Amino acid sequence: MTRLSADVAIIGGGLIGAWSAYFLAKRNQRVVLIEKGVVGAQSSGTNFGNLRLQGRFPGQYPLSLRSQALWEEIEELIGERCEFEQTGHLYLAFDGTEHEKIEAYAAVSESHGLAIEHLGPTELRRRWPWLSHRVVGATFSARDATANPRLVTPAVARAAKSLGATMVENCRVTEIRQAGSAFTLRTDTGIEVGAGYVINAAGAWAVAIAEQFGESAPLFPAGPPQFVTEPFPYLIEPSIQAVDGSVIFRQIPRGNVILAGYPRTAADPAANRAPVPPGKTLSAMRALARVAPTLASCHVIRVWSGIEGYLPDMIPVIGPSGTTPGLFHAFGFCGHGFQIGPGVGLCLSEMILDGGTATPLDPFSIGRFAQPVEVSAKFSAEFDTMEPPR
Amino acid sequence: MAEIVIVGAGPAGISAAELLQAHGYHPILLDEGRQAGGQGYRCPSPGLELDMAALMGSEAGKYAGLHARFAALRPHIDYRPGSLVWGIEDKLLHIVQAGVARTLRFDVLILATGAMDRIVPLPGWTLPGVYTLGGAQVALKDQGCFIGRRVAFLGSSPLLALAASQYRRLGAEIAVIADTTPFARKLAALPGLLNSPRSLLRGLAYLGDAMRAGVPVLHGVRPVAVEGDGHVEALVLRDAQGRERRFACDAVALGYGLKPETQLAELAGAQLLYDERFRLWLPKTDIDGRAAPGLYLAGDGATIGGADAAEASGALAAHAVLADLRQSRPAAEAGGLRRRVTRLRAFQAGLARAFAWPVAQIRALPDDVPLCRCENVSVGEIRLAMAQELGPVEVNRVKAMTRCGMGRCQGRVCGPALQEIVAGERAIAGADAGRLRAQAPVKPIALATAAADAP
Ligand SMILES: Cc1cc2nc3c(=O)[nH]c(=O)nc-3n(C[C@H](O)[C@H](O)[C@H](O)COP(=O)(O)OP(=O)(O)OC[C@H]3O[C@@H](n4cnc5c(N)ncnc54)[C@H](O)[C@@H]3O)c2cc1C
Ligand SMILES: Cc1cc2nc3c(=O)[nH]c(=O)nc-3n(C[C@H](O)[C@H](O)[C@H](O)COP(=O)(O)OP(=O)(O)OC[C@H]3O[C@@H](n4cnc5c(N)ncnc54)[C@H](O)[C@@H]3O)c2cc1C
Repeated sequence: MTRLSADVAIIGGGLIGAWSAYFLAKRNQRVVLIEKGVVGAQSSGTNFGNLRLQGRFPGQYPLSLRSQALWEEIEELIGERCEFEQTGHLYLAFDGTEHEKIEAYAAVSESHGLAIEHLGPTELRRRWPWLSHRVVGATFSARDATANPRLVTPAVARAAKSLGATMVENCRVTEIRQAGSAFTLRTDTGIEVGAGYVINAAGAWAVAIAEQFGESAPLFPAGPPQFVTEPFPYLIEPSIQAVDGSVIFRQIPRGNVILAGYPRTAADPAANRAPVPPGKTLSAMRALARVAPTLASCHVIRVWSGIEGYLPDMIPVIGPSGTTPGLFHAFGFCGHGFQIGPGVGLCLSEMILDGGTATPLDPFSIGRFAQPVEVSAKFSAEFDTMEPPR
Repeated sequence: MAEIVIVGAGPAGISAAELLQAHGYHPILLDEGRQAGGQGYRCPSPGLELDMAALMGSEAGKYAGLHARFAALRPHIDYRPGSLVWGIEDKLLHIVQAGVARTLRFDVLILATGAMDRIVPLPGWTLPGVYTLGGAQVALKDQGCFIGRRVAFLGSSPLLALAASQYRRLGAEIAVIADTTPFARKLAALPGLLNSPRSLLRGLAYLGDAMRAGVPVLHGVRPVAVEGDGHVEALVLRDAQGRERRFACDAVALGYGLKPETQLAELAGAQLLYDERFRLWLPKTDIDGRAAPGLYLAGDGATIGGADAAEASGALAAHAVLADLRQSRPAAEAGGLRRRVTRLRAFQAGLARAFAWPVAQIRALPDDVPLCRCENVSVGEIRLAMAQELGPVEVNRVKAMTRCGMGRCQGRVCGPALQEIVAGERAIAGADAGRLRAQAPVKPIALATAAADAP
């Protein structure tokens, strides 16, 4: 048996765990991160790569903007750029109701200081002549960006490691004991970790950890289907999203178009499976051909999804445990954790080292599930028919 | 009556359809190709005048026989050419037929999807003029054209000599037939090859023909490079004595044996196991081809066995289907078919030694050789990614980090070599390097694929 000791033990080597390790190690904490598989292979490594600022939950803007500032200096922070590109994000409306919706999003974004361009059909045609002429209006945010999710988490973990953090892969935390102010983490490989603080960043598997401490959240695992086409001459700069969710797409400089679409499909975290039903492949393809008819002859070559944790109010849990001092949760990112990942890691490090963070995180407390939470309207629109768990 | 669907109209699929039809069933036979016959017995495009008797040589009789049998069978089954099966979901096939997406329910599925070439990259292999051996044969049989006027055949496969003789018979010049397996290893494999003396003699006859015609036939070569300025001009290699030899040519055909097309089998629920002899992941079946309830595999898509084994295993799978549907014992002829399939597949295992997959050569490939053609990823990029702190240690993660195997062919071309490079870098067994997972679409499908009305 190996026993490791640390100031902070982190459960889960996704983006959240990796950034937490990075910011803690940077401030000279002894960090041990434990990952049941390999670093960055789950949601964090399979996501769409959107760093979207428009249309977020209003209470999340301070965190989101702080996080974007970190993305903007990713190369200085970790020494690798990970294909970070500030390409902007375009929301499309196909009718009046949708137009009102994106304008309402824009008002929130603008109130937090984000610059939004409001575009009518003429301007759209001038800038993106290949877009469907059925688009009635759009909003564009130039600060939104994309990065390559497959590269980011391992790169952040490497940077954390070079700052002294210990990364343990292929090792699952099975049990956590607390004696006084110290935690002991047991694992399936026999490694034991003693630590003063624990961060639960176990993604779609996080509730099992929380429940060991007498608290829970109605988390359910699902994933949006993702598709990629063969390379097509480079044409599409921004990341583009039909606000009805039927299609979100972007093109990488190599030429491949990556697309995604709702509804999301239930995933199986026990079997580690996130299926993409072939019917969804076809409907997303057709949705893209409607928005960008010029791509109609392109071929889809590959599909995938991931196992993401969703909560009924479609916002994550971030912050201290309600039952156990020294334990912090950060999970249930409801499909938007890639963008806020660095910010969440930074805030967690501040909560542990400074006793708090200036970034407002109240809406994300795990305690909110003590009462029934309001089910987000996104529920019926963005998932296969399923009952939100209570 | 149970809906029986067969995918693949090669010798295996046709034989299965024939037997089921003879027992009163009306199977649906799907093939993405426009014409039946599969790979080995591919026939020319309509309107193309091609002397198939000359092209097929000693196999002309079998070629004509299979096509005659199919012509007789065709009116009695539901044959749907031009139907690409791209996904499987429970008991539902997803098909694209003439640009229209359709689905098809089945109770019983026989997959007879055949095989494709296995490739080892070498410096210069992405130059125009380099083809797979299969590609060279498709050009000839389907289009009636040569990949070049003076063609070099490189690899390790009995099909090298076969394809070279087809090219020569139709008037192409053969620059060299170069095999990477040393002659001594071929002799050592002889006992296994005696399982099918006829095939052995046929193989030797092809080589004999080539040598009599003055074509250089080399064994135990080490490929050095394909050279050329914008197009193939020469194949350079080291012969068994270590001398560098340069063969002027305008095309190169590469083939290192075959690799079963197992993607659909995997999607349909077959389990894949690593086979040390072939160094390939092969679907697990019983001798009759049962892979899972209602799922049967036949032909080269199950295990490489060649055209004769494909026919026998197709019939065998059909017998298994009949026995399972009727809950009866398999017909008496199944016993003979089993012996035949077992013998022919043992012959192929012998071939896998006589025409060995060159593990050491692959692992020693120089860093600058492109491994993944679709995404342009070099061997060195794989090694670099793996050597990093927290670097990937198995093929799916290597793919995620480097894009190797992520492109249009989905790793069907670079996968086997990638497997060896990964195993080599870590000094682990081939199986421990992992397996590139199959997913739908198994082949690219166009965005404009139209929706069909409910089937
Ligand atoms: C298909 C898809 C597309 C998406 N697109 C976007 C997007 O465009 N933009 C965006 O902002 N967000 C997107 N997201 C969401 C984003 O990917 C996630 O919110 C984010 O990656 C969550 O990071 P994480 O570290 O919490 O989770 P994960 O990456 O899942 O990491 C959790 C880790 O914990 C490990 N673990 C679990 N239990 C244990 C245990 N007991 N012991 C040890 N280790 C354990 C897991 O193996 C896993 O690696 C998308 C998600 C998916 C699935
Ligand atoms: C390129 C090539 C050339 C060959 N040439 C020779 C030769 O000249 N002589 C020889 O003896 N052997 C040759 N072989 C060996 C060949 O595998 C066997 O001879 C024989 O053809 C195997 O028969 P089969 O029925 O198992 O498969 P095949 O004959 O390969 O038939 C499989 C069929 O399945 C169809 N198919 C596959 N996937 C799908 C899908 N997803 N949807 C719809 N249809 C699908 C294919 O279009 C094909 O028609 C060749 C093999 C290859 C790959």
